[in-house]
Amino acid sequence: MKVLVIVRQVPDSTTNIKIQAGGQDIERAGVKMVVNPFDEFAIEQAVQLKEKRKDVASVTALIVGPATAGEALRTALAVGADDGIHLQDEAFDRLDELQTAALVAGVVKDGGYDLILIGKQEIDLDSGQLGPALAELLDIPHVGTTVKLEIAADGKSFVARRRIEGAEEVVQVPLPALITADKGLCEMRYPSLPNLMKAKKKPVKVLKAADVAGFAAATANLGGVKMHAFQPPPERPPGKMIPGDPEPAAKELVRLLREEAKVV
Amino acid sequence: MTNDILVFAEQRNDKLHPAALQIVTPAKELAAKTGGKVVACLIGGTLNAAVEAIDKTGVGAIVTVSAPALANYSTLRYRTALAAVIGKVQPRVVLLPATFMGRDLGPRVAAKVGAALATDVTSLSINAEGSLDIIRPVYNGKASCHVGFPKDRPAIASVRPNTFPAATGGGGAARETLAYTPAAGDDRIDVKEVAKAGGEVKDVTEADIIVSGGRALKSEENFKIVFELAKELDAAVGASRAACDAGYQPHSRQVGLTGKTVTPRLYIACGISGAIQHLAGMRGSKVIVAINSDKEAPIFKLADYGIVGDLFKVLPAMTAEVRRLKG
Repeated sequence: MKVLVIVRQVPDSTTNIKIQAGGQDIERAGVKMVVNPFDEFAIEQAVQLKEKRKDVASVTALIVGPATAGEALRTALAVGADDGIHLQDEAFDRLDELQTAALVAGVVKDGGYDLILIGKQEIDLDSGQLGPALAELLDIPHVGTTVKLEIAADGKSFVARRRIEGAEEVVQVPLPALITADKGLCEMRYPSLPNLMKAKKKPVKVLKAADVAGFAAATANLGGVKMHAFQPPPERPPGKMIPGDPEPAAKELVRLLREEAKVV
Repeated sequence: MTNDILVFAEQRNDKLHPAALQIVTPAKELAAKTGGKVVACLIGGTLNAAVEAIDKTGVGAIVTVSAPALANYSTLRYRTALAAVIGKVQPRVVLLPATFMGRDLGPRVAAKVGAALATDVTSLSINAEGSLDIIRPVYNGKASCHVGFPKDRPAIASVRPNTFPAATGGGGAARETLAYTPAAGDDRIDVKEVAKAGGEVKDVTEADIIVSGGRALKSEENFKIVFELAKELDAAVGASRAACDAGYQPHSRQVGLTGKTVTPRLYIACGISGAIQHLAGMRGSKVIVAINSDKEAPIFKLADYGIVGDLFKVLPAMTAEVRRLKG
């Protein structure tokens, strides 16, 4: 069984976001970049499968991004992925998520991957398109927002538990398939320094646009949205503090919620 | 492509999701600009009450795809059905609610029909060139941006629940049915079980009102006072990451960056300091209330109403007051 895990690099959630003059993007300089937290769950799950099952031949980590994204790929390798694919070309920076899905589909479609793992969404743009769109383009089923994954003993199918509104759904799906990871699937271990050193020696294949057959055609026929006019969030007017002892304050709060805000 | 706006009216068990009624509101505004009509699309098993409900929102036409295989949501079958409807209606814009179903289905359908997609949008318009242009929050709500769509392919957008009021008016829309023709491999996902999580209380993503507790609750048992207020307000119970990590509540209730993003009418944060991680999940709420013993807690910067005080005294007093007013 071959496992593929897709990794994204995103700004650290605690970082301050500054918008460029003109509003065409955020300021990238000095922003601390980390592995997308939902992809961390996917990486850990992939590595655990390899550790627990004899039939997992390899775990490959894939990232699309500039040279600096190699750091996130290295984290995946340090946690236990065997090799990496780094799709790195200026032409890729202009792709939207559906087009990125088409790019990745073109690269992995003949790779013989039985299971593809990815986080349910990226915490920077929060769009969550890449996983399901990639599954569609590869014509394999996907299970979104997965919190538990058990592969059958014969390695031909799996049972997954996924989070839906107010409930959890248990589904059985044949491989090959794609899983998007939600919190709860598993927490990523902290890569040790020796493993980070070893990761530098693991093979990483760097692919440019020219290396991806049919790249132009695959990305021309879908997607193509363009982000523009970035703005800070609207300011909220200053709130009303309700003074006094707990009981009268609680009563006054309920009154304001009923009569002023009209929400209860 | 026609100038029509297609609305995916999400339903389960012949009951519309509240967000389905809401997304008709921006759909009508877009249709007024494009000169087309709003076409509602319902996919499911038995569809009667849901069709009648959507007809009371003033849509121009209703297309239903009804089959026993579609009785429960299934990603692949619904994808096939919705793609068929898009093929038939040829809409310029398709709107889905940004619910679990809409987020699951949107990217697959967009990839299948060769459309462009933006998810979780909060504002929609048609620009001077006649293309869809939307606004969506990015970077955990620390910024927002416009997203422009290409003109030569369908534009699909999933719309954040509780952003628009439910549409009303009209009736007697033209109705059409479309058969579900399974595609090869549509049956690959077999739903074994649907387990209701958290018992009787609502899920945070479905609720109009959320009462959320943080680490200051100190134990699972103490969450009782949160549940009591939630019950009186017909609200869902949420929790901060700290409270979930401490085991006070399951992760399915976690609101925040690695939890759920919520946009209720009223969000009551009890004993939650307001870490960036938490604010990312709830800053889109309409009215925010903070109750915290620390007057410096960052949550007060976002709150519309705040009480600095002991939540173990404030919450039961609120519960009693709401109960008294209900009589």
